[in-house]
Amino acid sequence: MFGRLTWQAIPWSEPIPLVAAGVVGLFLAAVVVWVFIKGYAPYIWKEWITSVDHKRIGVMYCLLALVMLLRGFSDAVMMRSQQALAFQGGGYLPPDHYNQIFSAHGTIMIFFVAMPFVIGLMNFVVPLQLGIRDVAFPTLNSVSFWLTAAGALLINISLVVGEFARTGWLPYPPLSELQYSPGVGVDYYLWSLQISGAGTLLSGVNLVTTILKMRAPGMSYTRMPVFCWTALASNLLIVAAFPVLTAVTAMLVLDRYLGFHFFTNEMGGNPMMFVNLIWVWGHPEVYILVLPAFGVFSEVIATFSGKPLFGYRSMVAATMAICLLSWLVWLHHFFTMGAGADVNGFFGIMTMIIAVPTGVKVYNWLFTMYGGKVRFEPPMLWSIGFMVTFVIGGMTGVLMAVPPADFVLHNSLFLVAHFHNVIIGGVLFGAFAGYNYWFPKAFGFRLDEKWGRRAFWLWFVGFYAAFMPLYVLGLLGMTRRMQHFDRPEWYPWVLVAAAGAGLITLGIGAQIIQLAVSIRNRAMLKDTTGDPWDGRTLEWATASPPPAFNFAVMPNVKGEEPYWGMKTKARELAHLLTAEPSYQPISVPRNTATGVVTAFFAVLIGFAMIWRIYWLAGIGFIGVYAAFVAFAWRDRSEEEISATEVARLDRENRFVRTSALAEGL
Amino acid sequence: MRLRALALLLCVTAALGGCTQGVLDPQGPIADGERLILLDALGIMLLIAVPTILATLWFAWWFRASNRAALYRPTWAYSDKLEVIVWAIPALVVLFLGGVAWIGSHQLDPARPIESSVRPLEVQVVSLDWRWLFIYPEQHIATVNRLVIPVGTPVHFRLTSSSVMNVFFVPRIGGEIYTMNGMATQLNLLARNVGRFPGLSAQLSGDGFSDMAFNTDVVSEKGFHDFVVSTGASPNQLDGAEYISLSRQSKSAEVKLFGKVASSLFDDIVSRRLPPGSGPGPTAQAILSQKGM
Repeated sequence: MFGRLTWQAIPWSEPIPLVAAGVVGLFLAAVVVWVFIKGYAPYIWKEWITSVDHKRIGVMYCLLALVMLLRGFSDAVMMRSQQALAFQGGGYLPPDHYNQIFSAHGTIMIFFVAMPFVIGLMNFVVPLQLGIRDVAFPTLNSVSFWLTAAGALLINISLVVGEFARTGWLPYPPLSELQYSPGVGVDYYLWSLQISGAGTLLSGVNLVTTILKMRAPGMSYTRMPVFCWTALASNLLIVAAFPVLTAVTAMLVLDRYLGFHFFTNEMGGNPMMFVNLIWVWGHPEVYILVLPAFGVFSEVIATFSGKPLFGYRSMVAATMAICLLSWLVWLHHFFTMGAGADVNGFFGIMTMIIAVPTGVKVYNWLFTMYGGKVRFEPPMLWSIGFMVTFVIGGMTGVLMAVPPADFVLHNSLFLVAHFHNVIIGGVLFGAFAGYNYWFPKAFGFRLDEKWGRRAFWLWFVGFYAAFMPLYVLGLLGMTRRMQHFDRPEWYPWVLVAAAGAGLITLGIGAQIIQLAVSIRNRAMLKDTTGDPWDGRTLEWATASPPPAFNFAVMPNVKGEEPYWGMKTKARELAHLLTAEPSYQPISVPRNTATGVVTAFFAVLIGFAMIWRIYWLAGIGFIGVYAAFVAFAWRDRSEEEISATEVARLDRENRFVRTSALAEGL
Repeated sequence: MRLRALALLLCVTAALGGCTQGVLDPQGPIADGERLILLDALGIMLLIAVPTILATLWFAWWFRASNRAALYRPTWAYSDKLEVIVWAIPALVVLFLGGVAWIGSHQLDPARPIESSVRPLEVQVVSLDWRWLFIYPEQHIATVNRLVIPVGTPVHFRLTSSSVMNVFFVPRIGGEIYTMNGMATQLNLLARNVGRFPGLSAQLSGDGFSDMAFNTDVVSEKGFHDFVVSTGASPNQLDGAEYISLSRQSKSAEVKLFGKVASSLFDDIVSRRLPPGSGPGPTAQAILSQKGM
């Protein structure tokens, strides 16, 4: 009846996950109760859960990322403290538990923190920057988000029901095959990635279509903000790479469930094929994450330097070059598999060639600051912190692209230091810069600056304290994923790294305080003009938060940096450009529960497949199909906002802007 | 305990210049070459990276909004000369490093024999769950968890795995190489100095992964001869049945010696005439089959 699921599936003997999950569960239950008592439930259902507004979905993506960051970071703290305590001893986490923790840490940080964060920012910002009212397929967007959330939920269920994979964040076979990993851990990994991966792929299709087909009048490709270009490149990579991930996880599913032999030792299976395929997805994935972050920095550095981005065309060329080259480097993840000198040499050189467009970007940001008036607000601090940190991370990356150097650094803590150097220093700093930069646009008030600075400095110093020792440890020959060790020369550096993790904990604490303080002082921090940073692109031309339709009248784009152009012209003419336009009613897509219902059944399918409860999986499939049919049969897909309502909202926006401009004259 | 840790911290910080015990303290020509390339590449890149970081900090500081001495050029966003330089700097560095990578990956290819007047020693390595088996086919002996090689002699390793992937790694003697079931990889190393050098696995292979440390003893010609003779005197025999029992999961760090080894054992493992290791063992398998899965 319940497949492999029994009461033994709950890890009664391991207090850490049970207590942690208990506390989180109680907290969530308290929030839900509070929501119902206060009567917020209908608001949350109508305005958020069933919303198909790209801004709301973007915000929910970022919220998911922030919540999962806490989970993934707890794993990191446990790993650092385990290693700090495991010198010539066993520490407090036995190998079966420790291996789950680093596997979960990597999986969560990549798939459920970095991915939703950058997708959330793209969702929120891209339509606003393109001057349009929504993405191409609003309901699909909601489905994408909820599928990602479903994957995240499954991973968290593994904390208390069964176990998570003990195979690392990329489950190399044959270790991940049924023979060597008979538990449900790898199945949790596979199904949560199948489900969230489908969401990501749909989201990629959506944003590519949006950027290619739905720009405002006059917004030619060469007038798109660089963030939209990086979003285009990133989503093109998603569309091309995620099917590979889906296929390779499906093959492992077939191996584990139906006795196939894609990657097994015996019967003609080939584990190296998995390693190739997973990295054919895996390396573009790195650029899927970092390109949008590059986009954020391009926007932030230009805005806070009070100058256009230096070398726009060069930046676009570099972005698209990275988009293509990212497909030709995957083998550098396994130079040590004995592929031979020619193959290693080729992939080493290709990897270095990617450093050229990346280096160009760094110089372009540098020259954007040159001749500027640089304001050190939190988004800019994250950007400068990024430039310094990323140069180091890029350098160690190119170092490992040299095959003989990789022979001694592969899978060592040097490698771990390198990819945290680029993913924290690049992607996460970018996400935080974007979070501080666009928060006022999303919510109508700025984030507290003082706590923003504190958070930045704690993170920045904490990062160096936590990861520079790992470079040293790698050079001292310490490999990754060790549950215990007995080499005295490693021990001090492990302790320093643990202290660094402590500093980062404080940084995250500062971010939580920043959010709380900002919400408390929201009246004081209110963004009255919709343009708090003296922005240059179209998202700053509308109110904060923007109305559901984003723009009352479609902007007519006349050049790069359209909003800066409008402001300049308005200043020259000393008044807001146009007379009031004639407002028309606007159709917006209707809310739908399709996304959340689909995701609910997807969780059922995933959970049922993990535990081999096949009748429940059948119900899940029927449910998903029924949700789709119900959606396809609905009669009204849009509702209208009347011209008077549009006019009322937009007059307010025009009024504050006119007064702000008048003040600035 | 804390004081000791602090003292250790100071010692190690002071010793970092020499970076003892790690890949920056090589004990053989392969490790030498790898360190040289690592440091060369790092040096070349530091030439670019350090000025870039300094320029970032300097530009950000000099062009701060409050600095009235700094020239504000609000529309300056293009310069063809700078563009050329900006593309040329990383391109030139990569051109140079690419050459280093290409030549280095050929010279230090793990499969490339080491030039030497001494005849190379053959060693066959099998990663077990979670131990290392070293077979000396010419001496007809084998060891578990202890590698003994003669100083100044090229060693030609052929490596495979009994079950899951592992990476063979002796940081101070040379680079890493994967071990995979059903395949044999190759590695050539040479140790220049006598001593004991720790080795380990660099690829997660399950719960006993962290216990896969082993010692590499580099001994004199005579020491190696003694080792061969004393091991050969061991009554233990390594045949197919013994190998299958070795391939069961075990975290034991115990060193084992075998005085006699079936001559085709390694090839039998690679060709899977001997079955892959059973993994978590019959218990897990039994649970699965009992439930009809």
